[in-house]
Amino acid sequence: MFRATLKSLLARKVRLILSGLAVVLGVMFVSGAFVLTDTLGRSFDSVFADGFSEVDVNVAAKPKVAVSEVQGEQTAAPVPAATVERVKQVPGVADAEGVVAADGARLIGSNGKVVTSFGPPQIGGNWIGESDLLRLREGRAPQADDEIVVNKALADAAKVRVGERVGVLTAFESKRREFALVGVFGYSGDRDSIGGVNEVMFTTGVAQRLMLGEPDAFSSVTVTAADGVAAEALRDDVAGALGPDYEVKTGEQVATDASASLKEGLTFFNRILLGFAAVALLVGTFLILNTFSIIVAQRTRELALMRAIGASGRQIIGSVVLEAIAVGLIASVLGLAAGIGIGALLAYLFGKLAGGLTLAGIGVPPAAVIGAFAVGLVITVVAALLPALRASRIPPIAAMQDVATPDRPLTKVTVAGGIVTAIGGTLLFLGLSGNARGNTLPTILAGVLFAFIGVALLTPLISRPVVSLLGAVFSWSVPGKLGRLNSGRNPRRTAITAAALMVGIALVTGVTVILDSAKGSIGKLAEDRIKAELVIAGAQSGPRPPSFDPEVLEKAAAIPGVRLVDGEYGDMVKINGENTWAGASTDPAALRQIFGAEATAGDIDRLGPDQMLVSSDTAKSRNLSVGSTLSVQPSRGEARTYTVTGIYASSQLTNPVVLPAAAAKDFTVPQPIQGFIQLAPGTRVADVQPQVETLLADSPEVSVADRAAFIKQQTSQLDGLLRMIQILLALAIVIAVLGIINTLALSVLERTRELGLLRAIGLRRAQTMGMITVEAVVISVFGALLGVAVGTGLGAAVVEALRDEGITDLVLPWGQMGVFLGLAAIVGVVAAVLPAVRAARINVLGAIAHD
Amino acid sequence: MTATVGRQAQAAARASDVWKVYGSGEAQVVALRGVSAEFERGRFTAIMGPSGSGKSTLMHCLAGLDSVTRGTVAIGETTVTGLGDAGLTKLRRDKVGFIFQQFNLLPTLTAKENILLPLSIAGRKPDPAWYDTVIATVGLRDRLDHRPAQLSGGQQQRVACARALVSRPEVIFADEPTGNLDSRSGAEVLNFLRNSVREHGQTIVMVTHDPTAAAYADRVVFLADGEIVSELIEPTADTVLDTMKKLDTPAEVGN
Repeated sequence: MFRATLKSLLARKVRLILSGLAVVLGVMFVSGAFVLTDTLGRSFDSVFADGFSEVDVNVAAKPKVAVSEVQGEQTAAPVPAATVERVKQVPGVADAEGVVAADGARLIGSNGKVVTSFGPPQIGGNWIGESDLLRLREGRAPQADDEIVVNKALADAAKVRVGERVGVLTAFESKRREFALVGVFGYSGDRDSIGGVNEVMFTTGVAQRLMLGEPDAFSSVTVTAADGVAAEALRDDVAGALGPDYEVKTGEQVATDASASLKEGLTFFNRILLGFAAVALLVGTFLILNTFSIIVAQRTRELALMRAIGASGRQIIGSVVLEAIAVGLIASVLGLAAGIGIGALLAYLFGKLAGGLTLAGIGVPPAAVIGAFAVGLVITVVAALLPALRASRIPPIAAMQDVATPDRPLTKVTVAGGIVTAIGGTLLFLGLSGNARGNTLPTILAGVLFAFIGVALLTPLISRPVVSLLGAVFSWSVPGKLGRLNSGRNPRRTAITAAALMVGIALVTGVTVILDSAKGSIGKLAEDRIKAELVIAGAQSGPRPPSFDPEVLEKAAAIPGVRLVDGEYGDMVKINGENTWAGASTDPAALRQIFGAEATAGDIDRLGPDQMLVSSDTAKSRNLSVGSTLSVQPSRGEARTYTVTGIYASSQLTNPVVLPAAAAKDFTVPQPIQGFIQLAPGTRVADVQPQVETLLADSPEVSVADRAAFIKQQTSQLDGLLRMIQILLALAIVIAVLGIINTLALSVLERTRELGLLRAIGLRRAQTMGMITVEAVVISVFGALLGVAVGTGLGAAVVEALRDEGITDLVLPWGQMGVFLGLAAIVGVVAAVLPAVRAARINVLGAIAHD
Repeated sequence: MTATVGRQAQAAARASDVWKVYGSGEAQVVALRGVSAEFERGRFTAIMGPSGSGKSTLMHCLAGLDSVTRGTVAIGETTVTGLGDAGLTKLRRDKVGFIFQQFNLLPTLTAKENILLPLSIAGRKPDPAWYDTVIATVGLRDRLDHRPAQLSGGQQQRVACARALVSRPEVIFADEPTGNLDSRSGAEVLNFLRNSVREHGQTIVMVTHDPTAAAYADRVVFLADGEIVSELIEPTADTVLDTMKKLDTPAEVGN
């Protein structure tokens, strides 16, 4: 039996390679994800270990507002200069040095644009001299207050040279300030940057003022231990001397912690990749199921003969499953190899994008290997089980008969499909309505999975009318008509092939519906709510939002024709111990006049230094009323008590709380991040816009735009996200295309005799190819139709569930859907090429004269 | 030996000094050795011979399904030899009809659609009177909307015959048309073929190894070892059987 299986496997290499390819791609995603995260993780480890290699003990103040990686960047509270002296007094300390290092030093390049970062911080700090790690490559150390040095990576990115005067925006000054670039430094090992971080070094006083906003303060204190003193012991001693307000860690610990927080981000990334792998594998499952079904159908006679000469049903199952194991095994090995390659490639690209992250060697973690084989084998075998069962039910008599097995009725499959779809729908409803008790995401995912399988099971039933309707388009020609009939010939086969395409298209459509709805809702909200003709804002690329000099606002207010100007700040603050997003407005009157907020209690037009406004939702959840007092702890400085003087309707303004502009000086970004300018009636936008542009000359991170352009800018990030998801899901569609090719190739093989006859009675080669192409196009357009329908349903359900989150408008991307259907038609044509050529090349004589 | 029955102008199909050689060197097999034959218009010719005699090869070459190594083949006015795929396709579409042992109907099409398929492919409309005649002769009027799977073997072969007839080809090639049928169905099909020759002037060339089937033909050409060795006009099953027996004796077959 084993030998027979092996022989039949070898005899059908090509077919199995095609279906195995789907598994290869899925496995590639799984192992690639693990390889990528492992490699990047170890790279981060080594980067941070390096960065803190010369620090024995590090002292930092506890953060005032602890934020998670998802909420934004952590802002360190400054350490007073006196602390450095206190640390120096601790026995065992050889030396202690105050270090300034804070995000937000933005160098303006030679092209007048700010050098941006896509992840790593842009550190501004104080020059504390060369070390084993850090060396000047060119020039000298900064000595005067208007002198800086930058690292080589930044100098290259900005295209600036030693001796030039350069502009810098700093954490506390989003207005261009001129410095003389006196030196460029690099790091040991000939590195231009550590982990892609850009660094600008000032003299200590300037760094304190511009990066920390306080003289005589530091970001941290690095401690060097005296000879013979262990870092751990010193850490405990320093911690004991300083008390509970400080975080004292060994250098090693700091490195591990910093790396761990970045790795957390990687885990998230890993999950996303695994999610796409799951999609690819789901599609692959359909494909393998189909291939094995067709192979079993084609081998009916052979299998029946085996039964007739004494093979048991169990042996038949065994032989099919054995075949599946062989395919799965080979596919896993290939997938793993491809995954290692892809993982390495992605890690390399990531390193480049992150500004030259030095990669640790490519590693293949056990998870990648285990995952590859587990997934590859399990998926293949599970997919082959049904066909195997069917094979075992072939009666021995089938060996003697030439009758094709009649179409089995679709009742069972349809009933099963109905039940599975209903389960999927119920799970989706539970998940989306928030009744899943903390398991929202798994419930929704399970719901989507069940819905897909359910619809796939229902597809044979739907396929008959829909395929014949679709095919009617082509029925004007004989090849078209034959193609249409062929695609309706085996509803199960057509259905599974189409369902594979459905999955990818449905997910893309669903995501598009959700993101377009979000975009539409945001756009509509902005359009409805923002009564400002001009908006000052910039596109955010890294973790820190672009900001500008608040003076611009005052000057803008003086431009003739300008009625009202408002600058908006924002940051995460801690209110009574709980993190809350807080906004601050330079002019509270704007809340009503520009954003259309309405007071539900108190007065929202004015805001004194110790007063705050809250939204009606916040008031409700925190049980607040006018006159309540709240303690607000910003990222920097001390907590302050504010009195609630007004409550505005949440429906109009989404900020939970609004603080006076003065509070923003302690925000992570102490400059306005958006500005809104309302013009007096009759003033032309074109008259004012250029004047504001002039004011913004020294704030190159932002620009002034009219409202429509602003809305477009704000929603453009969603476009990027959408494109990324579409690219990743395109893989699922590629696999589905393989499926169509596979099904057609097998069908062509099955119908050799028929094709021969058609050629014999006068069908031209081109017509033969046309016939196969029509079949492919009908199948793929059918799949796309299903996908668009299912995707729209899923997307609409999610949008409905997100109604409370502000996505109020369901936007159906008709254009995109049309594109998908058009693409599907193209996909069909492409998928048909190989099988069609094969069909056209069939030897007429060979096809009809031989059995 | 060369069979020269009928005048050249009346030939529906003609083979002149046709050689067919498969393979080369040691593995070389000569299937046809300089066969020349003419198949008269409006007659029913059977090609007979023991298996391996080259009778199927001759038919395939005549029908343009297989190429010849040397010599020429013509259907009506058209020289088949040297035609490319497009030309051969056009020839098969317009001038040739086929009937196979395995019926070869398209399972997705109804009987009527199968019958009209060659015309649809060529983009021609059937002549309604002729179509009616064909349907009436094959006696399938009440089965026209059935699919092949719902028809018996005899009925399927009658559909195949109707398919070959309906486009009024220059010549119909039938390859063992009764090979898969029981004797009664076989007789029906053969009667039907003979009638179409007698009543409608159709030209039919049939390959068979069954003397009873060959007896329905007007003329039988015998092949042995790639050469035409004998022929009978107005054959009966007995004369055919006699000739076959002679062919089977090795002495007669030498080259």
